[in-house]
Amino acid sequence: MSEWKPICLVTDIPMLGSRRVAREKGPHVAIFRNSENKVFALLDRCPHKGGPLSQGIVFGDSVACPLHNWTIGLDDGCAKGADEGCTQPFQIKIDNGTVHLHADELATLAIHVALPKAGPGASTGALGDRTFEVQAPHSP
Amino acid sequence: MKKMKLVMVGNGMAGVRTLEELLKISPDLYDITVFGAEPHPNYNRILLSPVLAGEQTLDEIVLNPLSWYEENGVKLHLGKKVVDVDRNKRVVKASDGTEESYDRLLIATGSNPFILPVPGKDLEGVIAYRDIADTNTMIDAAAKYKHAVVIGGGLLGLEAANGLMLRGMQVTVVHIMPWLMERQLDDTAGKLLQKSLESRGLKFMIGAQTQQLIGDKEAGKSGRVMAVQFKDGTEVPADLVVMAAGIRPNTELALKVGLHCFNDGRGGIVVNDTMQTITDPRIYSVGECAAHRGIAYGLVAPLFEQGKVCATHLAEFGIGRYQGSQTSTKLKVTGIDLFSAGDFMGGEGCEEIVMSDPYGGVYKKLVIKDDKLIGACMYGDTVDGSWYFKLLREGRSISDIRDKLMFGESNIGDVGHEGHNKAAAMADSDEVCGCNGVNKGAICKAIKEKGLFTLEEVRKHTKASASCGSCTGLVEQLLMFTAGGDYSATPKKKAMCGCTDRSHQEVRDTIKEQKLLTIDATYKALEWRTPNGCSSCRPAVNYYLISTWPKEAKDDPQSRYINERSHANIQKDGTYSVIPRMWGGETTADELRRIANAVDKYKIPTVKVTGGQRIDLLGVKKEDLVNVWKDIGMPSGHAYAKALRTVKTCVGSEWCRFGTQDSTQMGKDLERAMWRMYAPHKVKFAVSGCPRNCAEAGIKDVGIIGVDSGWEMYVAGNGGIKTEVAHFFVKLKTAEEVLEYTGAFCQLYREEGWYLERTVHYVSRVGLDHVKKKILDDAAGRKALWERLQFSLDGEPDPWFEFDKAAVDTRQFSPLSA
Repeated sequence: MSEWKPICLVTDIPMLGSRRVAREKGPHVAIFRNSENKVFALLDRCPHKGGPLSQGIVFGDSVACPLHNWTIGLDDGCAKGADEGCTQPFQIKIDNGTVHLHADELATLAIHVALPKAGPGASTGALGDRTFEVQAPHSP
Repeated sequence: MKKMKLVMVGNGMAGVRTLEELLKISPDLYDITVFGAEPHPNYNRILLSPVLAGEQTLDEIVLNPLSWYEENGVKLHLGKKVVDVDRNKRVVKASDGTEESYDRLLIATGSNPFILPVPGKDLEGVIAYRDIADTNTMIDAAAKYKHAVVIGGGLLGLEAANGLMLRGMQVTVVHIMPWLMERQLDDTAGKLLQKSLESRGLKFMIGAQTQQLIGDKEAGKSGRVMAVQFKDGTEVPADLVVMAAGIRPNTELALKVGLHCFNDGRGGIVVNDTMQTITDPRIYSVGECAAHRGIAYGLVAPLFEQGKVCATHLAEFGIGRYQGSQTSTKLKVTGIDLFSAGDFMGGEGCEEIVMSDPYGGVYKKLVIKDDKLIGACMYGDTVDGSWYFKLLREGRSISDIRDKLMFGESNIGDVGHEGHNKAAAMADSDEVCGCNGVNKGAICKAIKEKGLFTLEEVRKHTKASASCGSCTGLVEQLLMFTAGGDYSATPKKKAMCGCTDRSHQEVRDTIKEQKLLTIDATYKALEWRTPNGCSSCRPAVNYYLISTWPKEAKDDPQSRYINERSHANIQKDGTYSVIPRMWGGETTADELRRIANAVDKYKIPTVKVTGGQRIDLLGVKKEDLVNVWKDIGMPSGHAYAKALRTVKTCVGSEWCRFGTQDSTQMGKDLERAMWRMYAPHKVKFAVSGCPRNCAEAGIKDVGIIGVDSGWEMYVAGNGGIKTEVAHFFVKLKTAEEVLEYTGAFCQLYREEGWYLERTVHYVSRVGLDHVKKKILDDAAGRKALWERLQFSLDGEPDPWFEFDKAAVDTRQFSPLSA
């Protein structure tokens, strides 16, 4: 199977901005458009702590992760400067102003990447397994 | 195209750093050849003292192993001294006959030790202290002999003496001046230092003048040195004499080939601001051999700065000027902390603030002239050195912090590193940077393994001190001990980011003067190096535009950080938090019901009460944001923005039996007047109804405290990283006045503050007196400020409801599907 899937128009992506693409399985893919109208696609996860790169500031051919400001190269998904790590890049085809992603890649690449957790249960808590009895009349 | 040829004479730290910078920006421009007189690759000369002291090994101080030269295609001639340059044919000649031709020549020959011209200076066992060979000689001598004399009680001499003593020798330091390190310390600190070194076992002969060195053969004229004789006829035994009476730029080659050198002072090859010799523009010079504007620097940071400028010029970028550095000093003797900078001796027209605890071994002296800090000399406790050095470089008025100055920045409420102020005393596992969880061991390891030299590099690689910066002093100390870096240099103005050399102030001024209305126009006018900036400068420039030209400059959402683009706070899992505005911290049953319903409907996992008297809904999916806002139906709380956040209030006179003023109403009025106000950073207000101050107004950007006769206004407090108690600003009578003065203060900050500078930092930069002058002394100016703020805020949209007007790109809320 070798098939390009139309996603959106280039102009549907804000210049120096991005859109998120939901897949059937696995984390979102982020598509970016820079000031020269070049479009890039990366897994929407920073190699550092899994931050959503689609939410970052786009400049030149880089995006700054919104969580800890790592700079990620849009063409290869790799961290720039002193930081180390890469996220999955995806191929892009532009046809008549329409952005395409490859169906094989969407279905197979980086499907099982773990998502970062937050909220209740995400940290072990200051006391670990210890708990306190809650006294009446409060409910737990 | 054929590559040009670059030849470098000298294989030391400044020169090789220049090559590294050049290779980084223009790796293919030159074929590079290096001549080094020593048989070693480039090593960290500053760390010879720890090697001598047995704390590090020679292998550990190599900066560029031979493989580095190979990998970068640099041809290396080791152990070959360049003896001549034919400037017409452009050929350098080494002592062994090797010749290399050049298109550009870089002279980085460093410096030579100054050898006292006394009889006996050529005896065996008499050495200088400059390179690996000298260090090895000292290590060997320490194993065989007992008595050492070090001539010169300056930085280098004391480090040599300390090392020899640690290797078991009995060491006498001879110093002709009245106290040790007279170029870096005043007499009190110099004597404290002497006492401390004496207690470790060093002997001193202060004021003694060396007459001659006596050998063990031919009536003392030859053989190995055995004693040092002084002018007064006394002698001390010496099997080893180390001359450490200063260094002189090594200009031997430069003079021979006719390059202009200074004759007076310490000398040096005269270079211009692009590090070219003024005699021959094909020839550059950097490092200790170069004299820039009359100064030959001997510290690593200025020399690296020179290297950077030289590299950009060699790369034909035509940018960057070296404009000189201010320097400061630290001694690399483990366990001794001293710091000095600027004019620490003071004198006529200067005032001094001195703190002296001879028993505790702590001494601090600050020299002030015309309300500015011009010098500092510290012994025993130096953690604030970098702060003083910063004040000194910035040259700002210290009149408003004069009473606190002596106690240092770290004593005004830093948090995050367990109150440590001596890096050397910390264990490897102790946390230095509480923001990023970096401990001492990790920092030292990175410094050693990655060869870091500057604070910026450490921040890049370890993130230590890169967030709040309160541990900067500690990181600098670690850098000092581990790499031998120093506190010096840093250009006087700080560039906004890597995209430009312009400072925040210059960008602000230009936007105003040239009436620039777009980011592109600003980048063009200021010759930005990047097409659309970076994540650091673009939000700053966007803020400067909209704050300088309200209603004219257009806000650019793609130049805002995600929180201000999606109008919610991003969380670590990519969900968002929503904090609706509750005027003055007051709410109703209706509002609470709507909030509770939204929590159920959108399955919001966490509901939390914030420190600013509001309710935080955490874990909202981006797709749900618009509907959550709509269902709750309350105004945006701007808890995600560099803008007015909360106005915290106590209940005040409506209910409280102690209340003197209606603080809740005052808070609501302030909030309604100033919400939607974007600022350089977040802004928080608080209003208390009596001096019991339940709203904690003393640590807010603006704090208002009701008293029986009116309101007291406090400004520039901070409850965050640096707990800073707000300054009393003015006493006011009416609520209208509170609005006007608060608005004027905020507008001044909006117009003059640098992006991401909180009011506490803004006020400490410009001085409280400046703010008072603009707002208290100038009634018309104050009213104008308040009017400008009202003009800016008039008709500003609520971004949770007026998407078009607030330039909210709603496409972001729904993902595309594949």
